[in-house]
Amino acid sequence: MVRTAQGTPSSHSSGDPAAPPAAPTPAKRARRLRRGREGAAGYAFLSPWILGFLGLTLGPMLASLYLSFTDYNLFTAPSWVGLDNYRRLFGDDQWLQSIRVTAAYVVLAVPLKLALALAVAMLLASPHRGQGLYRSAFYAPSLLGASVSVALVWRALFSDDAVVDRILRSVGIETGGWVGNPDFALLLLVLLAVWQFGAPMVIFLAGLKQVPNQYYEAAEVDGAGWWHRFRNITLPMISPVLFFNLLLETVNSFQVFTASFVISGGTGGPAGSTLIYTLYLYQQGFTHYQMGYASAMAWMLILGAGLVVAALFRMSRTMVFYSGDEGR
Amino acid sequence: MRSSAATWPRRVLWHALALALLGLIMYPLVWVAGASATPTNDIVGNTQLLPARPVADNFARAMEGMAGISVWRFLYNSLLLAVLTVAGTVASSALAAYAFARLRFRGRNAMFVLMIGTLLMPFHAVIIPQYIIFQQLGLVDTYVPLLLGKFLATEAFFVFLMVQFMRQLPRELDQAARIDGCGYWGIFWHVIAPLSRPAFGTAAIFAFIWSWNDLFAPLIYLNTPEKFPIPLALRMYADQTSTSDFGAMIAMSVIALVPVVLFFLAFQRLLVQGMATTGLKG
Repeated sequence: MVRTAQGTPSSHSSGDPAAPPAAPTPAKRARRLRRGREGAAGYAFLSPWILGFLGLTLGPMLASLYLSFTDYNLFTAPSWVGLDNYRRLFGDDQWLQSIRVTAAYVVLAVPLKLALALAVAMLLASPHRGQGLYRSAFYAPSLLGASVSVALVWRALFSDDAVVDRILRSVGIETGGWVGNPDFALLLLVLLAVWQFGAPMVIFLAGLKQVPNQYYEAAEVDGAGWWHRFRNITLPMISPVLFFNLLLETVNSFQVFTASFVISGGTGGPAGSTLIYTLYLYQQGFTHYQMGYASAMAWMLILGAGLVVAALFRMSRTMVFYSGDEGR
Repeated sequence: MRSSAATWPRRVLWHALALALLGLIMYPLVWVAGASATPTNDIVGNTQLLPARPVADNFARAMEGMAGISVWRFLYNSLLLAVLTVAGTVASSALAAYAFARLRFRGRNAMFVLMIGTLLMPFHAVIIPQYIIFQQLGLVDTYVPLLLGKFLATEAFFVFLMVQFMRQLPRELDQAARIDGCGYWGIFWHVIAPLSRPAFGTAAIFAFIWSWNDLFAPLIYLNTPEKFPIPLALRMYADQTSTSDFGAMIAMSVIALVPVVLFFLAFQRLLVQGMATTGLKG
């Protein structure tokens, strides 16, 4: 995806560079005319997107930037308060808690999910009967996982003295409950995320298929063991896909809402242990109608997510390996 | 991966691993199916997967719905929202994708980067001002806030998916169509759109399922229970009855899942392939 953003053919000669004043040849004029028409067509086709981008993304973002410096409850006009909202955030224990919870969630869920996805993709990459069936079955939770239904199922399975508790107890593990236990409630959400490993797995599988077999054969001839083959062939060859998955999963896990909202009954409890950032934002905006304060939170989210994404891109420069013949 | 024929112990090990994983992954789904047919008092803590004597009365009570509104109403609302979402998403994303993938114009690359930027930006960052706008326009508690963005290609994932697909269609097709007298619309309508059907199909299925599962937008925009789609209704039901009628709640969860499962069974090949294309060929 990174390459798509920059790698479009550079034949994009929108403004004819320094067109000479001499009378243009008919052919040139025709080309320019066509280019003008192509441009008009481009904007016409793009107009819904442009409208949406301006009206539902950029406009609201700027509006929320303004609102973040105001006190606004939807019913009286916003009043300017300067940096008060931001100052308040850093003294707000709940907000700091929501950052801790979200950070813990992202740091646990993303690597675990990707590790499982990669491991299973490698398992499924070798030809066996029923491979396609497994692939589809493992993918299914990715479609179901974001639903209220599954969140309720999770709550039921993990509630005190319910299924998971009993199974674990029968093998001698006592957690002291999940849903009601501040030490384990977040782990419950992490497990729900890991359960949805199918989407990155499918992408890994597609990446693994493109690794030339000769590399492995050559390595085997050289006597390279399993770990060496993984570390020196598989990992570098799929690093673009790995990066793509890492980026997507990180961004997605900043946005989880349904699971923590449903499982904690909207509170983020017990003891704030599942107070994911988006849930706290929802509480401030839509139960307390603190629109200015919530806007400040939204902007801190944009900044935070932006920093993380930038850091990932930076990391990708040294970690991602693009082999020469792979590009378009 | 390697071509050498796997020896039989290896094959057995592979299947054992895959099956074990399958059991683990499917457990919650099988459990909920079983629980929905188990009498309420026996559900909690029931580790047995299939009920000894399956009963249907959980479903009977779930279908009654709540507050005098039948579950059919919620299902209808969800279906309506999902169908309109699919129509809007596919149409608007296809138009945008054609422009990004096939046309040259000033500012295209910059806008493409912005589009990718929205893909990476948390959706919740704009929800407050969006809500304020719709509230000022008197559109809260209507479906407009839930659908408008779908008709304006705001879901960058779908635009991206279609751009990836359209880019690999041969350019000669456009030229041939132009020689035949097609304008840009003609090229889009007669050449690119028909060839992009697989990408449209993938986008449609994802758009349907995401719309079907979505809780956040209905939660903030809808107030009248008659307008609730199934996830919001289910959440309200769970809040009201989690202790009293657990069985009906589980049954309603299953009812909400069924369409997604059916969709998945019908289209899984297209979905899995569509998912794989987004990550690659970039």
